[in-house]
Amino acid sequence: MDRIPILKMGPFLLVTIQVDMHDQLAMTLQEDLAEKIVSSHARAVLIDISALDMVDSFMGRMLGTIASTSRILDAETVVVGMRPAVAITLVELGISLPGVRTALNVEKGMDLLRASVNGAERAQ
Amino acid sequence: MDAISKLPLILERDGAQLLKTWMAEVSAATRGRLNDDALTEPARELLNALPLALQKGDLEEIQGPHWERVREVLTELSRTQTQQGLTATEVATLVFSIKRPLFEALEQEIGKDAAALAKEIWNATLLVDRLGLFTTEVALKAREEVISRQQTEMLELSTPVVKLWEGILALPLIGTLDSERTQVVMESLLQEIVRSGAAIAIIDITGVPTVDTLVAQHLLKTVAAARLMGAECIISGIRPQIASTIVHLGVNLGDVATKATLADAFAVALRRSDLAVVRSAPARNEQG
Amino acid sequence: MLNSVVVKGETLAVRSSEDVVKVRQQVRAWSVQEGMTLTDQTKIVTAASELARNTVVHGGGGTARLEVLSHNGRRGVRLTFEDQGPGIPDLQLAMRDGYSTGAGLGLGLSGAKRLCHEFDIQSKVGEGTRVIATRWK
Repeated sequence: MDRIPILKMGPFLLVTIQVDMHDQLAMTLQEDLAEKIVSSHARAVLIDISALDMVDSFMGRMLGTIASTSRILDAETVVVGMRPAVAITLVELGISLPGVRTALNVEKGMDLLRASVNGAERAQ
Repeated sequence: MDAISKLPLILERDGAQLLKTWMAEVSAATRGRLNDDALTEPARELLNALPLALQKGDLEEIQGPHWERVREVLTELSRTQTQQGLTATEVATLVFSIKRPLFEALEQEIGKDAAALAKEIWNATLLVDRLGLFTTEVALKAREEVISRQQTEMLELSTPVVKLWEGILALPLIGTLDSERTQVVMESLLQEIVRSGAAIAIIDITGVPTVDTLVAQHLLKTVAAARLMGAECIISGIRPQIASTIVHLGVNLGDVATKATLADAFAVALRRSDLAVVRSAPARNEQG
Repeated sequence: MLNSVVVKGETLAVRSSEDVVKVRQQVRAWSVQEGMTLTDQTKIVTAASELARNTVVHGGGGTARLEVLSHNGRRGVRLTFEDQGPGIPDLQLAMRDGYSTGAGLGLGLSGAKRLCHEFDIQSKVGEGTRVIATRWK
């Protein structure tokens, strides 16, 4: 696989990360996402990591970078589907993913985003 | 082992006979308790593995590579028997019971040469003692594992995760929270979050006797892990003394919500879930 | 642990990010075979990933030796990462939490250490680095 596909779902972008992403792929994803957020005026990015059986510090940093970049482009990031064993290991590693919102699955992630996007719109 | 020792020869040539007398010895030594046919196979495998080990290996180096097969057989035997409930001593007795049959076989083979016989008996004693000790060690280790597994099961039973309402879980902790228990707690909680789709978990620490820096760290780890799975935690059951201790120790609970009682925490959880408890119409007195 | 017997072993080259993936997959396969719990598997696989990545990124490439150990019946997985890279000048500093070099790239050593039961690191400037990490079942 050359690049990870980014799906557009209304105002959101959905990225599904498959197992064993290697470093080059991760860098490409970050660039592709930034581009797509701008070109599609996306309000949020959902990253589905339910297929990942491991997240190390590199991947954790990548998720954090995506969240920071997205925020600068006025889009939220929600990471969904983290497996229990992965969550426990990440906590042990000392990675807390600050600035990254989380949800149990894509559906709940979208509920979360819809609520907050609506809230933001109401506030404006 | 001396090249001229008769032990390997006897073990190879008279293996079948030795096995029989050995099993009979075991039965006698344990007063019939261990008449198990399941013993015969591993016993036979041991007798098969010994000649080569004796010829190639050094009796002083029972942990060495030439003794690996022997160790494998003894380990398997030890574990199976321990799982059946035998003590380390009983398992070791299995091995030590081979002494008499061996000595008798040696006597038959060497006959009247007292010096040679004494030497061979010494070799045989060394061998059996080493094997017996190794077996004891493994049996003890296996027993430890059984106990450890039972402890884990008890731990899991003592950390139930309860569903208070749709999307709201409660985790009443009873007892100290050490790092091993924390692992179990985290696993139980996270699995339940996945199963029930809950977004709020109330961790009640009324039953946790002391909260020091370590316990606080464990709690925070659990909260962090739940958060990574999209669930927020509320810590309840904080007694006044605990609150003082936390402040004194300078423990930073971050932005985790804390409440004195489970009831308060439940109220918060309901609010966050956009739920409310409403009083239904007062019950009418049926008489009259 | 002394007196541990090596039940099986394999050496993998660790020169690229594809190799890092291979190391992860092998460690996962072996820890599954050894019957480790899912959480324990994930811990050793994650530690392997951190250390393998270090070998590629900071060590200029090297090798990973994977071994299954047996100590009186207790099984474990041992990983040895070696490189002939620049080495780590201040090990104590590197092992401190949150330490990072260069463009915010942490060495992840302290994290990897927390994920393992045994952890040993030796490094000499100009000669290379060796990390030995073990997780028991």
